[in-house]
Amino acid sequence: MLNQLTISELSTRLAKREISAREVVQSCLDQITRVDGKIHAFISYDSADALAQADAADKQISSGTAHTQKPLLGIPIALKDVLAVKNQPLNCGSKILGKFISPYNATVVEKLKAAGAIVFGRCNMDEFAMGSSTENSAFGTTKNPWDISRIPGGSSGGSAAAVAADETIASLGTDTGGSIRQPAALCGVVGLKPTYGRISRYGLVAFASSLDQIGPFTKDVRDSATMLGVLSGVDPHDSTSVPQPVPNYVAALDGKIKGLKLGLPKEYMIGGLDAEVKSAVDAAVKKFQELGAEIVEISLPHTDYAVAVYYIIATAEASANLARFDGIRYGARVEGADPTELYSKTRGAGFGAEVKRRIILGTYVLSSGYYDAYYLRAQKVRTLIRNDFLKAFEQVDAIVTPTTPTAAFKIGEKSDDPLQMYLSDIFTISCNLAGICGLNLPCGFTKHPKLPIGLQLLGRPFGEETLLKIAHAFEQSTGWRKEKPPL
Amino acid sequence: MAEAQFDIKYVAHLARIALTPDEEKKLAAQLGNILGYIEKLKELDVSNVEPTAHAVPMVNVTRADEIRPSLPHEDALRNAPRQANGLFIVPKIVE
Repeated sequence: MLNQLTISELSTRLAKREISAREVVQSCLDQITRVDGKIHAFISYDSADALAQADAADKQISSGTAHTQKPLLGIPIALKDVLAVKNQPLNCGSKILGKFISPYNATVVEKLKAAGAIVFGRCNMDEFAMGSSTENSAFGTTKNPWDISRIPGGSSGGSAAAVAADETIASLGTDTGGSIRQPAALCGVVGLKPTYGRISRYGLVAFASSLDQIGPFTKDVRDSATMLGVLSGVDPHDSTSVPQPVPNYVAALDGKIKGLKLGLPKEYMIGGLDAEVKSAVDAAVKKFQELGAEIVEISLPHTDYAVAVYYIIATAEASANLARFDGIRYGARVEGADPTELYSKTRGAGFGAEVKRRIILGTYVLSSGYYDAYYLRAQKVRTLIRNDFLKAFEQVDAIVTPTTPTAAFKIGEKSDDPLQMYLSDIFTISCNLAGICGLNLPCGFTKHPKLPIGLQLLGRPFGEETLLKIAHAFEQSTGWRKEKPPL
Repeated sequence: MAEAQFDIKYVAHLARIALTPDEEKKLAAQLGNILGYIEKLKELDVSNVEPTAHAVPMVNVTRADEIRPSLPHEDALRNAPRQANGLFIVPKIVE
């Protein structure tokens, strides 16, 4: 089953011409036909276009193009429905974009194509990336491949589930407060949120511009390193992309973690932490010690304030970013007697409940008389949270935490209680506020039912090499990544 | 403070989002709850702390002022709900 293989396994076999890119794409499409009725990871996909790209890749391989030049040649990669692909639909999991067709490619799409990837499919997501379960999609809920009565996490739930269910080899998601790492944890795959500025956001529909970052979902750590190398780099189209050299991330995977210092933040051992999650993380910590790493207890004293800071800053930025969806230049429109009525009716009809909730909250915290009390204060506490991390990284090379307090919860369990849903992101949110990098890596399973548990590694700004090195050493010494969901 | 002062009709108007009476009721209650939670930030003394707007280690990124290709006119109009004569059509603004 080619669709179960990794990028590195497939590229070796493609290069030897043991298999064709068409066969790889076809095996993914067959898997989608077989399981996506249950999982609903995809909003849409264009089989004919994917196969045409595969044939073009096969031609390049037979004319001698090597994977050293194009590391993703012939590899199918699916995208979250928030990234622009020229002439393909883009909906952000929302009704408000109507029949929108992207007029240009996101920079990450250009980079994937330049590396030879077959870019296909629109993965389901919480509307405008706002949510932790994909229950907020206007296109229906994605199901967790390990138990279809449960959520896959969110907001990039479709991208995570598609990789976990072997419907694609890898995918892209976006992470504003955990939207890559949390679904990766709940679906049992590797998910990387790079440092803010590492990857261009051009062609990503903005949710919270100071927090959003694009990143890969993959079946193992080596593939994550390969993808990061392809996607990273400064881009003249995004002034917040950072002109930092792009190292050879794959070369960093040398298994040498002896002597590295890993920090355990005492504030993350909270009451709501599930006992099975805790014991899986404890076992992972022991494994790191066996591998020669040194474990140090650290303190991130402002952890308890992160969720509150996030829901002020992210909603404030969202209220400004989403002002563009007004029924004038694109998307659906509900007519009105004057522009204000047109805007209000269009947005009232086009946005779902969570998006309305966040835009209204963001509008309120920025409104006259409340700016200092909410927005400015949140930005100051953001400084304290960032300083906690920078101080910790003077002492340790990376930080180890659970990715989520519990394994995947049931569909509908938290959908009527937004605050409880927000609190499920408690371990992932600080990373975006601090502008550092983070990675989820499978570290075990709950017993009944069997659900994946995720370990989070947090690293210094532009410290992805160290994170990938540590994650790779762990993965090589454990068998978690070989487990497959019962589909 | 939050719950009492939160005027859902006024803020929804500022946000240009038409709400049904049911939505107003539900959102007002949920947002009151969330704002109550956010109050915990008041526990901290932030008097000598600078705000962080973003975490990028850069300021004032500029580029050379050169003419470059941009989105063609017809591509920019392609997704418009109403258009004519190369323009977006909107309701009358001035009588």
